[in-house]
Amino acid sequence: MILIQAPFLNLQALLDGLMVGSIFALVAYGMALVWGVMNIINVAQGEYVILGGYITFSIYKLGIPAFYGMPFSFLFLFILGYILYRLIIFRVVDKDMFISILATFGISIVIQQFMNMAFGSQVETALSGLGTIFFFEGNITIALVKVFSFVISILGAIAVIYFMKTSKLGRAIRATAQNPRAARILGVDTEKVYAYTYAINAGICGLAGSLVAMTYTLHPYIGLPYTVRSFMIVIVAGLGNIPGVLASGLGLGAIEEFSAYALGSEYRIGFIFLLLVVILVYRSKKLAKRREYLK
Amino acid sequence: MSDKKEITGLTFLILLGLFSPLVLPNYRVQLSELWIFMVFASTWNIQGGKMGYNSFGNIIFFGLGMYICASTQIAYAFDLAEWTEAGGVKTFVHSTSQYFSSLPLGLILAGLIPALIAGVLGSLLLGLRGHYFAIGTLGLGIAAGEFATSVQIWGGGMGMTVPVWPKVDGKDLEIFGGSMNFFYSLSFLLFVMVFFTLRWLYKTRFGLILTAIRDNEDKAEAMGVPTMRYKVSGWIVSAFFMGIAGGLYGNINGYIEPTEVAFAGATFGVYMVLMTILGGKGTLWGPIIGAIIFQVFKEFFWTYFLGWQSVALGFLIIIIVVFFPEGLMGWLRGKRPEWFGEIVDKNARLAQVKINTND
Repeated sequence: MILIQAPFLNLQALLDGLMVGSIFALVAYGMALVWGVMNIINVAQGEYVILGGYITFSIYKLGIPAFYGMPFSFLFLFILGYILYRLIIFRVVDKDMFISILATFGISIVIQQFMNMAFGSQVETALSGLGTIFFFEGNITIALVKVFSFVISILGAIAVIYFMKTSKLGRAIRATAQNPRAARILGVDTEKVYAYTYAINAGICGLAGSLVAMTYTLHPYIGLPYTVRSFMIVIVAGLGNIPGVLASGLGLGAIEEFSAYALGSEYRIGFIFLLLVVILVYRSKKLAKRREYLK
Repeated sequence: MSDKKEITGLTFLILLGLFSPLVLPNYRVQLSELWIFMVFASTWNIQGGKMGYNSFGNIIFFGLGMYICASTQIAYAFDLAEWTEAGGVKTFVHSTSQYFSSLPLGLILAGLIPALIAGVLGSLLLGLRGHYFAIGTLGLGIAAGEFATSVQIWGGGMGMTVPVWPKVDGKDLEIFGGSMNFFYSLSFLLFVMVFFTLRWLYKTRFGLILTAIRDNEDKAEAMGVPTMRYKVSGWIVSAFFMGIAGGLYGNINGYIEPTEVAFAGATFGVYMVLMTILGGKGTLWGPIIGAIIFQVFKEFFWTYFLGWQSVALGFLIIIIVVFFPEGLMGWLRGKRPEWFGEIVDKNARLAQVKINTND
C-alpha cells in the first residue's frame, strides 16, 4: 500500500479530495435545486459542466486569461438552460420521473456529440497560470488554482443560497417547491419559476465546468460521472439538506482521491459507479428494516 | 389483444422470420439483430412495463452472456489466455465437432450464469424503487463495463475475437446454410422462445402479480404476496434470455469489446428502453412493434446520416419520450379501445372526451 509507505500522500489525497469535492458539491447543489423544485433528475447535468468547461477553454484559446471565462460559461449555460426548458423540459415537468430521466438523457447525448464535433475528442485543460505552493519540503504540493476553485465553488454555493433566501424569484422558487398548486393560486407564475430554476441550475453547472477546465481536464465523454456524483451526493445528503450537500460533496471528493491512490486511477470511474450502487443498496436495506423505502 | 389480431400478428412474424433472409440476403446481420432487439425489448418489458421497475442494467446480463459464451467456446478447445493474447493474429480454428459441441454449452452457460447473478443482484437492488432503481442499475451497468476493461483474460479494453465458423479444406463448412443463416435461425428461434414463454407467463398468476406490483406494491404486499421473490424471479427470466441473446450476438458480431459491444449501456442499454416505450410499455406486442420500427429507423439513420447517428439517437429519444410516452400501442388504445377487448360505451366515451377538453 502506497498510502502507508508514504504518509504524506494521505494528507495530499485529503487536500486534493476536499478541493475537487467542492466542485462536486456545487454541481450537486444545482441538481438538488432542480430535483427539489421541478421533481426532475437532470441526467444532462454532467454535460452542462463539461460544456461550461469548453466555453472557458475557448476563451482561453483566444488568448484571454482563463478566469474571465467564468462569467461567460455561467451566462452561456444559463441561456442554454432557459432555451432547453422552453423547448423540451416544460413538456416533461409534470410527467412520470422516468420520462424526464430519459428526456434529459437524450439531451445529454446530443450535447456530448456536438462537443465532440466542435472541440474534438482529445483531453484539454485551460491553464490558469497560477503557481503551486509546496509544504513539508515538497512532499505536499498544492496548485493555487485548486484553492482558487475551492473558494469560488463555496462562494458560488453561498451566493445561490443567499439568492434563494432573499430575492423575490428565490422566494417564488421556494414556494413552488413546497406546493406548486398553492403557489399558482397565489399568483406565482410557476412556468417562469421552473424556467429560471432550470436556467440557474445550468448556469451553476457552467460555473463549475469553468473551474473543472482550469483545475482538471476536459473530454467530451466524461459528463456522466459528474451526473452520477451529484446524484450520489444528493441522496446521501437528503433532498433539501444544504449543509449536507456540501459535507457529502467534500466527503465524496476525499473518498475518490483515496481510492484513486489505493486502487489506481484507471478504476476511478468504475469505483464511483460502484460506490453509487453500494450507497443505494445500503440505504434501501436500512430503510427496509423499518418497512420503508427510498422516496 | 383479440385472438384474431394475435393470429394475424403471429403469421406476420413467422413469415418475416422465414422469408426475410431470402428476400434481403444482404441484410441478414441486421435481420438477426432485429430478432435480438425484439428479445431485448420483450425482456426489458418484464421489468419496465409489467413490473414498473425501469432498469438500465439489463445490459449487464447481455454483456456477461456474450463473454461467458465466447470463453466457453474457446476454452472448450484451446487455452483462453493464449487466445486473447494472440488478439486474432494467430488463427485458431475449431474442428466441426468442437465447434458444434462448444456452442450449445456456451449458450446454456450464457443463460444460466447471468440468471444466477440476476438472483443475487436482484435481491440487493430490487428493494429500490422508482428512479432510485433506474439510476442504481445505470451505475451498475457502467461499472460492469469499466471493470470488464481490466479483465485480462477477456482481453481487457482491447476485447477478444469469437471462434470462427469451422472450415473444411480451406472452405467454410456448408452446413445449416453457412454461419450467417445458422445464427439468423438461432436468433429467430430465441425470439420465438421468448415470445411464447412471456405469452404464457403473462397469463399466469405470475403475470398478474407483476402487474399488481406495478400498480401498487404496498397493497400487493399487504395482501400477502411475497413481492421481492416475484420481482427477483422476473429479473432472472430477463437475465436468462438476455444472456443467451448476448452469446448469440457475440457470434454474429465476431468481436467482443467491453464498453462498445458487450456492456454498451449508451447504445443497446438505451435502445431496449426506447423500443419498448415506442411500441407501448406493459403489452406483449408493444415491444415487438417498437423493435421493428426502431430497427428500420436505425438502419435508415446509419446509412444516410453516417457520423450523425448519435445526434439522431439523442433527438429520437427526446421525440419518443416527449411525444409518445404511452407508445404506439397506448396511442392506438386511445383511438381504438375496442381492438383491445375493451367494452366501449359510445356515450360514456363522448362524455369522457368532453371532460378532457374542458379541463
